Amino acid sequence: MNTKSLQASLLELVRRTSCDLPPDVESTLRRALAREQKGTTAKYALEVVHKNIALAREKSLPICQDTGSILFYVTGPKDLDSRAFRKAGDAAVKAATELGYLRQNSVDSLTGKNSGTNLGPGSPVYHFEQGSKRTIAVRLILKGGGCENVGIQYALPNGALGAGRDLAGVEKCLLDAVYKAQGKGCAPGILGVCIGGDRAIGFAHSKEQFLRTLEDKNPNPTLAKLETRVMKKANALGIGPMGFGGKTTLLGCKIGALNRLPASFFVSISYMCWAYRRRGCVIGGSGKVSRWLYT
Amino acid sequence: MIMTTPISEEVIRSLHVGQVVEVSGSVFTGRDSVHRHLYDGGKCPVDMRGSAIYHCGPVVVKENGVWVVKAAGPTTSIREEPYQADVIRMLGLRGVIGKGGMGKQTLEACREHGCVYMHAIGGAAQVLADVVTEVKDVYFLEKFGSPEAIWHFAVERFPVVITMDTHGNSLHSDVEGDSQKKLQELIAGI
Ligand code: SF4
Repeated sequence: MNTKSLQASLLELVRRTSCDLPPDVESTLRRALAREQKGTTAKYALEVVHKNIALAREKSLPICQDTGSILFYVTGPKDLDSRAFRKAGDAAVKAATELGYLRQNSVDSLTGKNSGTNLGPGSPVYHFEQGSKRTIAVRLILKGGGCENVGIQYALPNGALGAGRDLAGVEKCLLDAVYKAQGKGCAPGILGVCIGGDRAIGFAHSKEQFLRTLEDKNPNPTLAKLETRVMKKANALGIGPMGFGGKTTLLGCKIGALNRLPASFFVSISYMCWAYRRRGCVIGGSGKVSRWLYT
Repeated sequence: MIMTTPISEEVIRSLHVGQVVEVSGSVFTGRDSVHRHLYDGGKCPVDMRGSAIYHCGPVVVKENGVWVVKAAGPTTSIREEPYQADVIRMLGLRGVIGKGGMGKQTLEACREHGCVYMHAIGGAAQVLADVVTEVKDVYFLEKFGSPEAIWHFAVERFPVVITMDTHGNSLHSDVEGDSQKKLQELIAGI
């Protein structure tokens, strides 16, 4: 594969992700705007959000200055050279930072020093998976810090909530998490949820839910119903955009499930802000983009 | 309603939570390092009386010798809660701009000294950069680094929502209280 073309493709992927919100998110936000009452701060907040989305796209500048964690999800052929891919990804991230598509956002946890390039241990994050095609599908999520801070993990049973080890217990946790987040994760937000797994894979799987589109339907009918229920109830909490009060608290709720050990029952919840930056592309053998995803 | 800095105490005391206002004139960015510096007795290099401090780590670049703001959304305010009340008093601030709201001490300082908390729209980095008409000056750029420096912005119609006022009201605690009641109802029904 041509390294230069791959790098250029990934750079364009980063630019689009940071500056151009995907259509499913934008149309969901537009429906939210229509739902809020005229003259309310909720409507006002969403109007500013829309203006911001348009400006970022027009100027090719970051939608939010917190460009967040850089999460690559790569599905490639069985002979994909993951080390070479990482190299190209790192180079693209570095270039995107120099060009101002990404803020200098990666800090050494011990010294507090900013690497200035967004490169360093744990940044960016790459997840590799083997697919059945000759092409590489790359999906990128930028996840801000404000919303990451309101993520939470419950271990069931939970006495305070009266939540047992069943779907009713899970539902209670999800509503409690939305309540606890208030507007702090830049509501309206999206919940990515994993029922089960261990503490680490639970959170990882909860984030993978953000690869789905807001308009899709969960193939598991039990989870699909739970998603709908949680959406309805969470939006009845009245927290609203930015926590100003209003009808739109959640834009989406996406739930996955993994097996668990008999001894544990985790519910892992990641919160995504309205600036839900997710893009993807398919890259052919030449290293060039053959198709954009989520369009 | 448009308010131009320096804003009078009278105007600030006439504001109520839930009001949308726009600020024109001067605002000064300041986050963790600035607040700690002032709280520890450090000097403020610029007179902020009658204007607002903005919890923001902007992206500012120099183009042809001129500072240009590329992104300027608010950061989470609650981190400054231990310092904010003193900083309001010391600097004579009429506004604190940020996101997420602040706590009891700040609310009390707002009542006492005539200041309000102005909530900017989180994530709206471009809209908020767009209303900055000029970078007047920058302080502590070397000492604290760009995001933590004090940037003196000239702004025109900077949009905010008043969420904490001088009458002891906080929209944040109202919404939290109401949503907690609703949560208990919902949980009881599951
Ligand atoms: S939570 Fe999202 S929208 Fe809010 S500041 Fe962080 S990245 Fe931006």
